[in-house]
Amino acid sequence: MGKKQLIGALGEDFVAKYLVEKNYQILDRNWRIREGEIDLVAISEFGVVVFIEVKTRTSIAFGHPLEAITREKAYRLQRLALAWLTVNHRWGFEYRIDAAAVLISGGKKFEIDYRIAVL
Amino acid sequence: MALAQTSSVSLTGLTGNLIDVEVDISDGLPSYILLGLPDAALSESKERVRAALVNSGEAWPNKKVTVSLSPAWLPKSGSSFDLPIAITLLMAQGQVPKDQPGECIYLGELSLDGQLREVHGVLPALLAAKKSGFIRALVPYENYQEAKCVSGVEVIAIRHLTNALAYLRSGQIPDSPQLFSSSSSDYLLDLCDVAGQVAARRALEVAAIGGHHLLFIGPPGTGKTMLAERIPSILPPLSEESILEVTAIHSIAGTLMGRELLSKLPPFVAPHHTTTAPAMIGGGAHAIRPGATSLAHEGVLFIDEAPECGRGVLDSLRQPLESGEVTISRAVGSVTYPARFMLVLAANPCPCGRFSGRGRSCTCTQVAIRRYLQRLSGPLLDRIDIRVFIDSPSRIEMASEELGESSATVRERVIAARAIADDRFAGCSWRVNSQIPPSQLRNRFRAEKSGMNFLHTELDKERLSARGFHKVLRISWSIADSRGHAIPTKEDVELALRLREGMELLA
Repeated sequence: MGKKQLIGALGEDFVAKYLVEKNYQILDRNWRIREGEIDLVAISEFGVVVFIEVKTRTSIAFGHPLEAITREKAYRLQRLALAWLTVNHRWGFEYRIDAAAVLISGGKKFEIDYRIAVL
Repeated sequence: MALAQTSSVSLTGLTGNLIDVEVDISDGLPSYILLGLPDAALSESKERVRAALVNSGEAWPNKKVTVSLSPAWLPKSGSSFDLPIAITLLMAQGQVPKDQPGECIYLGELSLDGQLREVHGVLPALLAAKKSGFIRALVPYENYQEAKCVSGVEVIAIRHLTNALAYLRSGQIPDSPQLFSSSSSDYLLDLCDVAGQVAARRALEVAAIGGHHLLFIGPPGTGKTMLAERIPSILPPLSEESILEVTAIHSIAGTLMGRELLSKLPPFVAPHHTTTAPAMIGGGAHAIRPGATSLAHEGVLFIDEAPECGRGVLDSLRQPLESGEVTISRAVGSVTYPARFMLVLAANPCPCGRFSGRGRSCTCTQVAIRRYLQRLSGPLLDRIDIRVFIDSPSRIEMASEELGESSATVRERVIAARAIADDRFAGCSWRVNSQIPPSQLRNRFRAEKSGMNFLHTELDKERLSARGFHKVLRISWSIADSRGHAIPTKEDVELALRLREGMELLA
C-alpha cells in the first residue's frame, strides 16, 4: 500500500469510527465499480442510507480538502450512489450524500469536518 | 444559520438604487454563488474578495456561500460591491458585529492584497443613500474628497480592508485625506490673450449672457479655438446645485481629476471631430456612460472643424439641444442624463480654409465652397443662434500693446446681465434668454413696438423664418440686458438680427 493510499485508509477508518459512535451502521467500504468508488456506505438509526466521500489531507496548504470535490465528481457520486442502491437491492430507501474532511497532523492528531447532505 | 446583510448602491445613469447585499453561509461543499444579475466585473468579485480576506488575515469560510444582491431583477455592474460583500461575509461568520439596518453604505473595489481601490460614481451613489436616510458611508480613500460633497453623511475613508474592520470592530476611525478647498473661479485661459476681434468678443458676451449657441466661421489660425476655449472664463460660476450635478456626471464618467473637483467653473468639452455618436451622447453595453454632451452639462460643448464631423454625430445633438437631456436606450435599459450646454461650433469657410476677405488665395471651386458648409444640416444650423465670421486681426490690432479686456471684467458684466434676466424670469421654468418659449416671446416678452415692427417687416419680406423671428427676439433680450434696457429697443433688435445672420458687427 502506497503512502497516499495509507493516509486515505487511515482517514476512512477514522470516519467509520466517528459514524459508529453516532449510531450509524457501516454497510460497505471502498465499494468499487468501473465508474468509480464509494468510500463508505452507512445506514443511520432512522434507516437512511448514507454515502460518504472522505477526503484526507496531512496539510491544508493546498486549500480545504472538500474543495477537491468538483462539480463533476459530485455528479459521479450521485450516479455511484444510485448504482449501489440498485446492486444492493435497496431501491426506494431514503438516501443522502455526505462529505467528510479529515486532517491528520503530526501523524496522530485527527480532525474531522463532517458535512451532511452536501448534494 | 449564518446570515448577514449590508447596503450598497448601484447606479443607473445618475439615479442610485439601494442594493441589499445578503450573505448566507451554510454547510455543504465549499462553493460561492453570486445572485442578482451581475456583469463580468462583478462576477469576478469572488476571487478578489477571497484573496483580499485571506491576505488581510481573515478566514474564508470553507462552506457554501450564497451572496444575493437584491432587488434581483436589476442588472448590476462594476466592482464597487467588493467591499460590502467582504464585510457582509465576515458579519455572517460573526467576525464583525452586524450593522443596524439602514445605517451604513459600503462602496469600493478590493485588490488582492486587501487595498481598497477607487470606484466611479461615488457622489451620485451617496446622494441616493442620503435620500434613503443613511448616515454613514465607508468609501475608498481616493474617493473621499468626492464623497465629502454630500453633506449630512459621515464619510469614512478606507485605504485597506483592515482599516474597515478595525473601524467596525472597535470604532477606530482611520485617517482621512486632506481636503483641498474647492478651487476658486480662476481659469487658466483669459480673454485678454486674444488680440483684437472686437466683433467676436461682442458676440461671445451676448452669447454668454443668454446662453445662446454659437457658430464661428473663419480661416485657420484666426482664433476660433482660442475664443471658444475662453468662453467658460466669462460664464457665471456654477450654482451649488449645478456643481453637484456636474460633479456627479463626471464621477460616473471617471473624468474627475482631483483638483477640478467641485469646481465652480463651467466645464469645457471639446470632442474630436471623428467622435462617434455614442461617445457624443453617451452609450455603452453594460453601464451606459455619459457622453460629451452630458460632460458639457452647464458648460460649453465645442466642436472644432464641425463640417468634418459625421452628419449623424452632429444630428445626434438635436435631442439634447431641444430638451436639455439625452435618453439613451440599450438592451440593459434606458438612462437619461442631463445635457444642457452651450454649443459652440467652429468651421472653416471652405475646404482649403482660405476663403475669407477677398478670398484671393482660396483654391476651392464655387461648388466645393457651397457644399462645405452645407455639411452642417439645416435643422442643426437653425438651432444656432449666433453666427460669427472671424478674420485675421488687422496689423494695428496685432501691433497694439494694449491688452484686450480681461475675462474677469467681461464676466462681471455677464453676471450683472444674468441677474437682470433672473429677476425677470422669477417664477418661470427657464433661467436664460435662449430658453424663453415662443408663445411667451409673442406675449409677455415682446420688444419695443418699433423693434417688433422691424421684425414683422423682415418676416413679410421672407428674410426671416418663424423660428428665426423668435431667435432674434431672444438675442435682443440678451443685448438689452447687457445694455441695461428694460425691454429691447429697435436698435437691440437690429443688432440681434445681424448677430443671427453673422454679419459684420458695426455698432
